[in-house]
Amino acid sequence: MPYDPGKDVVEVMRHPPRSAAASTYRIFGETLRGMKTTLARVVEGPLTIQYPEEKTPVYPRFRGRHKLHRFETGDPDNPGLEKCVGCSLCAAACPADCIRVVAAENTPEHRVSAGERYAAVYEINLSRCIFCGYCEVACPFDAITMGHDYEMSDYTRSDLIFTKEMLLAEPLERTPLRTAAE
Amino acid sequence: MIAFADVNYFEPWWIQIVKALLIFLVIFGVLPLLTVYERKLLGRFQHRYGPNRVGPYGLMQPLAEIVKFARKEAFRPTGSVGFLFRLAPAISILTAVGGLALIPWGNVQNILGTRIGLYGIDVSIGPLYVFALGGISFYGILLGGWASGSKYSFLGSMRAAAQLISYEVSQGLALVGVLITAQTLSLTGIVNAQRGMWYFIPQIVGFLIFMVASFAETNRAPFDLVEADAELVGGYFTEYGGTGFVAYLFAEYVNMMVVSAMAATLFLGGWLLPFGIHPPGWVDPFVVLAKMMLFMTLFIWIRATLPRLRYDQLMSFGWKVLLPLATLNLLVTAIIVVH
Repeated sequence: MPYDPGKDVVEVMRHPPRSAAASTYRIFGETLRGMKTTLARVVEGPLTIQYPEEKTPVYPRFRGRHKLHRFETGDPDNPGLEKCVGCSLCAAACPADCIRVVAAENTPEHRVSAGERYAAVYEINLSRCIFCGYCEVACPFDAITMGHDYEMSDYTRSDLIFTKEMLLAEPLERTPLRTAAE
Repeated sequence: MIAFADVNYFEPWWIQIVKALLIFLVIFGVLPLLTVYERKLLGRFQHRYGPNRVGPYGLMQPLAEIVKFARKEAFRPTGSVGFLFRLAPAISILTAVGGLALIPWGNVQNILGTRIGLYGIDVSIGPLYVFALGGISFYGILLGGWASGSKYSFLGSMRAAAQLISYEVSQGLALVGVLITAQTLSLTGIVNAQRGMWYFIPQIVGFLIFMVASFAETNRAPFDLVEADAELVGGYFTEYGGTGFVAYLFAEYVNMMVVSAMAATLFLGGWLLPFGIHPPGWVDPFVVLAKMMLFMTLFIWIRATLPRLRYDQLMSFGWKVLLPLATLNLLVTAIIVVH
């Protein structure tokens, strides 16, 4: 019994055969049209952003490297108390498990934070961090926020473990912020 | 009656050597700049800058690349044929450079009392010499692909062989139209015959066919399926690295220059300027160079514009469109010239 493909065969639509003149036009005329299209791209000029010298501005809500915060005192010699109370909620919220917090009690002689306890160790392993921002959401005191810095390359993995001092330090503003007009 | 070029003056042997050296040095000075030019222009066509980091405007880029290539380890695949594997790029570059000797950069000049032709040699078989060198250059590609002992290289060289044979026919026929109009085979003679009108006006069909065939001859886009990187990795030079690769690369660029110079000589009046401008003799080489750059730009422009042809399209275009068109052009030219 011969194979009958039935209605499964899809008819391929083809254009009617072109005349010699039409073919020649298609080869040379359409080539010229294409060349016009590419030349228009030259006229428009390059869109390249020369990265290390020139940076794309980030949006205000851009989630870059974390920052830890202090209460503002306005006095450079007397930095305010840390906002972080070492509750480890950020570590609990972190899906990548990259935050390590070790809490210690505040004493009247040694007062670090505003609460009962403070973070004796606060480390973020940035080679693990996925920059989801859950730590920021979980924090009851707005002690940790996501900054704008995205240039975090380093030569060793251990250099990417940021300690509390590094996170508290005023970050170098290396990233331009997008203005309202942009 | 074809008039043969008569070299009715004597050049001492040392002038020949000086000329050869000068042409060689100038071309190999321009060549690296050409690679930068291509990549920068290609970048512009794609909204980019192209290389702009090494040196001012990225002009030192080829220097960095040459250093990189020269330091590569010279290895060869296990299945390759050592002798031919090394010989093939050399054939490619030698035949490409050989074509440079023919480019007429200017008329015979009177320099310090001696008559010197501003060209390597003015042979009486002009374009045929170039075609002969082009024919030998296939061996560079074919042997390179075959001696690599790799199927990608081999497929690339097979394609090269088929493509170059198909398009050389049309290129030759397109050129015959010019030759019978000029009634000479000497390239300087052809340029001098264009004093009235450049041949790209009466020979516009021949010019277009010659240009299209030139793209195929130099393996440039849209006819670069010899080295179609999407399917064949790199075509005939897949297995080459370092100096062998550079030799092939330079051969391609030198071939482009030779073809551009041929197009400028045969169709665009060589060193002549339009509107009856007669500059002093030393300007001539720059005029030729400028016309070459025009064609180079066209090569790059087309590369940025057209996608690669499919193999069967390439073949049917060559044999069904280009060849009949070239033959027709030749017939019509012959009838007009004889009439």
